Order: sequence, then C-alpha cells, then structure tokens
Amino acid sequence: MSNEENGNNISRRKFIKGVGVGIAGSCVLPSLEQSAIAQAKEGGDAVHGGKELLSLTVNGKPVRVLVEPRMTLAELLREKLQLTGTKIVCNQGACGGCTVLLDGHAVYSCHMLALDAAEREVTTIEGLMTGEELHPIQQAFVDKDGYQCGFCTPGQVMAAQALLLRHPRPTREQVLEGMSGNICRCAAYPKILESALAAAEKIRKS
Amino acid sequence: MKPPEHTATPGNDIADPVARPDAAAKCAGTARYLADLAVPGMLHARTVRSTRPRARITSRRLPPLPAGFFVVEARDIPGRNRIRMLDDDWPFFAEDIVNHIGEPILLVVGPEAEATAMIASRVIIEYEDLPPILSLDDALAGLAPPLYGEDNCFAEYSFHKGDLPQARRAARQMVKDGFSTGFQEHLYLEPQGVLAVPEAGRLTVYGSMQCPYYVKKAVEQAVGEGRHHVRIVQTVTGGAFGGKEDYPSLLAGQAAVAALKSGRPVRLVLDRTEDIAATTKRHPSRIDFTTFLDENDDLLGMDVDILLDGGAYSGLSSVVLQRAMFAASGVYRVPHLHVHGRVLATNQVPAGAFRGFGAPQAFFAIEMHLENIALRLGLDPLEYKLRHALRRGDRTCTDGLVRGAVRLPEMATRLCEAAGYPAKQAAYTAGQGRYRRGIGLSLCYHGCGFTGQGEELIQGTIALHKRADDAVEIRVAATEMGQGAQTVLPKIVAHSLGIPLDQIHYENPDTDIVPDSGPTVASRTTMIVGGLLREAALDLKRHWQSGRVMDIRRTYHHPPHIHWDQEHFRGDAYPEYAWGVNVVEVEVDLLTGLVRVIKIWAQFDVGAPMDERTLRGQMEGGIAQGLGYALWEKLEVDDGRVQQQRIRDYTIPTFMDMPPVESGSVYNPYEFGPFGAKGAGELTLVGVAPAVAAAVQQAIGCPVDMIPVTPEMILRRIRNRKHAKPDSEIPPESSPRSRSRADT
Repeated sequence: MSNEENGNNISRRKFIKGVGVGIAGSCVLPSLEQSAIAQAKEGGDAVHGGKELLSLTVNGKPVRVLVEPRMTLAELLREKLQLTGTKIVCNQGACGGCTVLLDGHAVYSCHMLALDAAEREVTTIEGLMTGEELHPIQQAFVDKDGYQCGFCTPGQVMAAQALLLRHPRPTREQVLEGMSGNICRCAAYPKILESALAAAEKIRKS
Repeated sequence: MKPPEHTATPGNDIADPVARPDAAAKCAGTARYLADLAVPGMLHARTVRSTRPRARITSRRLPPLPAGFFVVEARDIPGRNRIRMLDDDWPFFAEDIVNHIGEPILLVVGPEAEATAMIASRVIIEYEDLPPILSLDDALAGLAPPLYGEDNCFAEYSFHKGDLPQARRAARQMVKDGFSTGFQEHLYLEPQGVLAVPEAGRLTVYGSMQCPYYVKKAVEQAVGEGRHHVRIVQTVTGGAFGGKEDYPSLLAGQAAVAALKSGRPVRLVLDRTEDIAATTKRHPSRIDFTTFLDENDDLLGMDVDILLDGGAYSGLSSVVLQRAMFAASGVYRVPHLHVHGRVLATNQVPAGAFRGFGAPQAFFAIEMHLENIALRLGLDPLEYKLRHALRRGDRTCTDGLVRGAVRLPEMATRLCEAAGYPAKQAAYTAGQGRYRRGIGLSLCYHGCGFTGQGEELIQGTIALHKRADDAVEIRVAATEMGQGAQTVLPKIVAHSLGIPLDQIHYENPDTDIVPDSGPTVASRTTMIVGGLLREAALDLKRHWQSGRVMDIRRTYHHPPHIHWDQEHFRGDAYPEYAWGVNVVEVEVDLLTGLVRVIKIWAQFDVGAPMDERTLRGQMEGGIAQGLGYALWEKLEVDDGRVQQQRIRDYTIPTFMDMPPVESGSVYNPYEFGPFGAKGAGELTLVGVAPAVAAAVQQAIGCPVDMIPVTPEMILRRIRNRKHAKPDSEIPPESSPRSRSRADT
C-alpha cells in the first residue's frame, strides 16, 4: 500500500499504483498478526483468539499466518496475503474463477478452508510469473486473445496450468474437459481453447 | 474497394489484429478490479434489503452498533433521494414503501467486512404488506393499486406507417402469432462494486461501470448539486453487457452518502446472490402480431403489440421499449404498419439495459412470425424472408431512409450454402426416431448509436491531448469492459494520424480529465466516439507541430441528412444500421428434451472491422449469450422473488456447451463511421434466439413461441401434441399452425 495515510489527495495514478505495490508476490503479514503468531508460539498453543496458526507454502514461499477456522483459501489469499489475482466470482465452487493449484492440482479456492491447505503448496496466478516475465501459458493467453474482460482469466490460466501438468500434449477434448469447470461470460471459449493448445505447444518446444 | 487512407502504412490494414493493451495485466492477474482495491481507513458497507415485494415499512430495528459502525438510509441523503435517470421514480434507499424484494433499505457501514455483514443480518425491518403486482397478468388485470402514475405504465407509445385499416380491408389472408420471452441475467463475472473516497473539497467514486457521467450526475443529485466536486473514475471492469449502465448509479450514490457521513472511504461490493437478486435484468416481453397478406402472399400490413415487464422502477425502460418497437417489423418492408408498445410496472426486480436493449425480444418475435408465415404458405423461409428484406432506398418502419447498401441477400445466400440450409431444411422436416435435427435461420439488424433523439441530446464530446513528447492521449468517457474499446479506439487515432500505436494512450476514464463523450452503450463507441476521434485526429494531423502541446475537442452532431421526429416517431431512428444473418443447426432428444447445438454459422455487416480478432471475440461472445438466452438461461421470479440466485442455478454456456461457430463479416463501409465502421457489440446477440427456436421448432414438429426453450417446455409441447385429437390444428409436419391462425 502507498504511504498516503490521510487519503486527502490521492491522485488516480498514485491510487492505482499504490494498490498494486506490495501485491507482487511477497506475503508481508500485518505487524499485529506477526506478534500474535509470536505469542501463540511462546504459549505453545496453536490457537489464539479463536484463530489457528496455519503454515503452508504459497508461490514457493513459506507462509505462517493466523486464520479463523472458517476462512476459505480464497479469502486467505486475497485478504491476508493480498494476492488479489485470485478472484472470487460465485463463492460457491461453481465457476472456477478462484482456481489455484494445490500441490499441482486445480482446486476452487473459494470452496476449501484455508486450514485444509496446511503444510501444502499453493500456487496462484502471481506465482506463475518469473519476475516481470509472463509464464508461457499467460503469454499464450495474451497472444491468442484468450480473454475479454479478464475477470475469469486468472482462474482459466491456472486451470490450463493444471491441465498441462497432467497432459503436456492435450487433445482438444482433453482441454475442453479439463477447462470445463471454468466459465467465461464473455464466452472467449474458442480463444481460450486455442490459448491452452498454443501454450502446450510452446512449453513442449522450449 | 477500400479507401486509400484506410491504411496508416502500406500493408498495415486497420483490421489486422494487434496486441490488446489490457492483455498483459489481465493475463498476469495484476489488473486491479474494484474488489482488489483498498485504501487506508476504508470502511465496508453491506446492504439491508426488502424481503417483501410491496409493503410499507413500519419499523426498522437495529442491533446495538459497536463503535465505528453506523447506518446510512434515505434520511441521510443530503441531496435528493432519487437516482438521476430518464425518470425520477427510483430512490437510492427505500423511504416508507418498498416495491421489490431486494430493494435497498439501508447500509450498515463499518471497519470490518464480516462484522458489517453480521450486523446487517441482524437488522429487523417490520412491514405492513400491500397488494402486490407480481406479473404482467397482474398488471394487466389492474386489481392492485398502480405502482407508477395512474395507469401503472412506465411508457406507452404507438406509431403508424401507411394505412393499416385499408390494408386490412384489402388483405387476402390474416395471420396471427404471439410470442413471449423471459428475464435474462447479465452475470458479468465481476460483481457490481464502488469505492467512494471523500477528499478535501471533492468526492471521488471509483467503480466498475459503463457510464462514468451517468454515475457523476447520479452522485451529484444524491449529495446535493454543487455542494461537492464529484469525480468518477472507472476501474478495470470485469464484464458489463448493459448491466453496468444503470445500476452503478445507485451504488455510487449510496456509497458517496456513506463516505460523506463518515468522512472516510467506503467500499460497497455486492456478493453474487445480491447481484443476481437485486440488479437489473433483460425485460420479459409479450409480442403479438396480426399480419395481412395480399393476393401474392406478400406482406401488406402488420399490427404489432409489444408488452414489456419493467419491474418496480422505470430506469431505462422507455428507451428499451422504443428500440423494441423500432425492430417490430424486423428487416422487412411492410407498407402498412401500426406498432403499439407499453412497459408496465410490477413488484419485481427492475428491468434495465442488456446487450441488445429491447431488440432481442423483438427480433425473436418477428423472425419466428415470418418463419411461421412462410411455412404456413408452404414456402422456404429463406426465400420468403429475402423477398421482403429491406433494400437500399427503402423506408424503415419509421419511414427513415435506408441509405447504405443492404447486403443481406448475399450474406444469407453465402451462409446458407455453407450450412447446407436448403437441403437440411427440406430433409429435417420429415425427421424420424428419438434424435431429431432441425435448422433455423434469422435475419436481423441493429441500429448503431442511440435510439431516436439520443445522440442529439447527449452531444458526445471527445478530446485529444498531444503531449510535448508527441504522444497523444485519448480523452473519452468510453469504458473498456472487455469488448475492446482500448484496442479499437487507439487504432483509429493511430491510423488517422499515421503514427505508431504505442504513441497513443487511453486510460480508464476519470471525469476530472475526460469530457462527456456519452455512455458506453448502444453500439455507439466505435461508430460515434470513434468517428469523432477520427475527425479530431485528422484535424490534429493537419496542424501537427512536433514538440508542442495541443488540444482538440469535437462534439457529435448527426450528419445533416438524419431527421427524427421524436413526437411522432418518424424519420431516421438510428444514424445507421448493422446487419446480421444467423443459421443454427440443432439436434433434439425427444426422450429428454435436451437440445444439442450442432453448429452456428453467422455473417455480420459491421461496416468495416476495426480489429478482426476483437470482432471475432464480439461475434463468439454475442452468439454464446444469445444461445444462453434461447436455451438455458431461465430466470424465474415467483411471488416477487428471483428463484435462481446462484451461478449454479442460472446456467450460462460453458466450454462444453459452446458449439462450433463459423462467423465472419462483410465489408460495407458507412460513410460517416471511422474507416467505415458501424457498431458490432450488440448485433451479434440479437439474431441468435430466433434461429435456435426455428431449428428446435422444426426438429420437434411443434410450435416454439417462447424462450428460453427448456427441455421441460419441449417435452410439454410433444406430450400435448400426442394427446391432441387427430383433427387438431397441428399438422403432422412442422408447420406451427396451432399458433398461426389463418382467416381467409
């Protein structure tokens, strides 16, 4: 977040930029959370104020965070870790907008508890990038115009990543089936299909 | 054929696809949508909504509010508690009366989202129920007191062409038909949301929206005209389809008042259920025809009656009705015509703008009607339709002149050849067995730009700002919502100036910077806004001085030949028309009623494409939404309550539902459009439903007179036919004579 504390004169550019800062991959915990974790550790008790200590790996980095048991993985990613690339669309496990990888498999992050990701490895859309460089799947979506409004796109990209991990040379039918849990209201489906196939091709060649 | 200035550099056609400027951020997941934004000290708002379709609020009981939490309701509004739209009936917050389930009564605002929602769930509203109007039938019966005016009618119009009574007397045959269509939900994947930030001397509202200046005017009315400098900034918008034309005005007004009351930023984001249950929908319709044929079986006269369900507040209903009425006789020459239309008020979720804006309802009806007349006469629907299709020089239903070439015949012929339409049309009528095939065809147009006097009223203004570094900023209120405005408009400017595309900058609109170029609606962005940008760019090019800051503005006026009489609905209802042809082949399982779409062929005349790949996205996307409208998207409102409140209950097309689509466009430039461009965004949805319905009708051999054509409806039709007596009106073949009553 930018340091504009009073919010009195936030220019649009600063505002949008400010919001973007600190989101690019690092998982900085609010200081209160840090001290609560420290207290919980000292007391040898994982429970603190109804919250539980959760350790997991997010985008290759270890994360320790206190969460309420009812918090979903999507909420953890978006609200605690500021990884807002993961979108909450239906919040009922029906649309795939919140798809992330859990130990390499696609899951609906709105539909599982954060605590169920304990000691596991979560990959979000932010974790696909290498620095500023797009992952070949992301680049394929750019090249093939595999999106319109972009809101389902992070979920589509993650679903494609899970699919390609399983089927490096997918057929059309495998792509359709593998991606069928992700809806797109703009109906960019034909181009998303082309994007996934192009990504497979690109990854194979590299 | 193409004009020489069509290319900026030789071999570089404006239609050639370019990388979209919004692509990287969207595919990287770094694009910031409204719910991804947070500012220091931000509060969260949650809406308490009516649970009654029509009632008087007798009490509001709040739970104890912890420190830092407060409510915002009608009496907190410093300005007027009315959303500024066409009419003045829709409040930001209900006062003493609620008129639909889901209507906002108050906001609970506080520092934590979850606690705010918890408190909102504990607010108790007590009601005294009033007699509700729960359907169009209720509205027509007129038993309950009117919701709006004395006649409960948001708008009623009629217009004439020729002399219909004379046609009635001269007619050899009369054919009657009636059709109905249901609600449709936009289901943009990004829910509606706004963030209001009070600052010294001004109030900024960020939001997911189509029309920043609509929102600005609505917020100004809420906070009191002239009391605050109101600034609206569009954030990255995750789909809209018309659904973010009207409703963001309501949300922005509410959040703005909350922000003023607390002096802190307030974010209001709807959850999915709220968004489906409370925001606007496509108008349900009933459309009836009485058509007169002459001795050659040609269309002589037509009497069309259109009834729309407007829900609880008028919103944009009157203009939606006008667009439906101007499409009443479709793409056909009808010498004698009378069109009557009404939008009635009901105690249901308000209806509003949705891609097509009244035209999808009207085209479903008129295309099925022409199909039925042709089949009744034993004629091929394609031939019959083309025989009556408008040509250059003909008069439209409002007596406007068709100035441009109409390429429907070649588009339809080419498409029907590709699809094998004539052979299939003949073969499928005699289908046998459990799985039956059908093929359907539709012709449609979409008026580009505002309906009637809209463009003249709005007078959209654009600006180009040339910086000292010779980069050029596009300053328009047009929004990118996925359709590709940020791809297409910069191309128009770059090609007009003859400079590289990366020298053009076009940011999401901020009303402190951009003039009011009008809302991002009505298939007007490329043609009207893009046309102004092209004029301004050519002007800039003429006066270009490297290294100097230059500003150019342009305001839209109709070309001098456009005349419109709003009082009598006479003249050119639109500056220009885009045209479309759809052919759909289906297979219906008579045992389960399930429809499988085998393939869709579509041809569009959008003037000239400004980006082939973006246009393809519009074609495939519009076709998919049209398919959903025709087959799957069932939204029912029972006793005033939306029944499908979750994405899993409201079924939009998925990967597995998307049939192969073979689509393309013909080049038919519009003289006053940039590089010949007309509109493309809505056209692609408008003609799908009637082609699907005609195909299903042929496959099942029973009339299809309503959409969505659900499996339940198909099975009901088939069962009714089986139980019908042998001398029933329904013939063994596919002619839907039960609805097309013929009186000779």
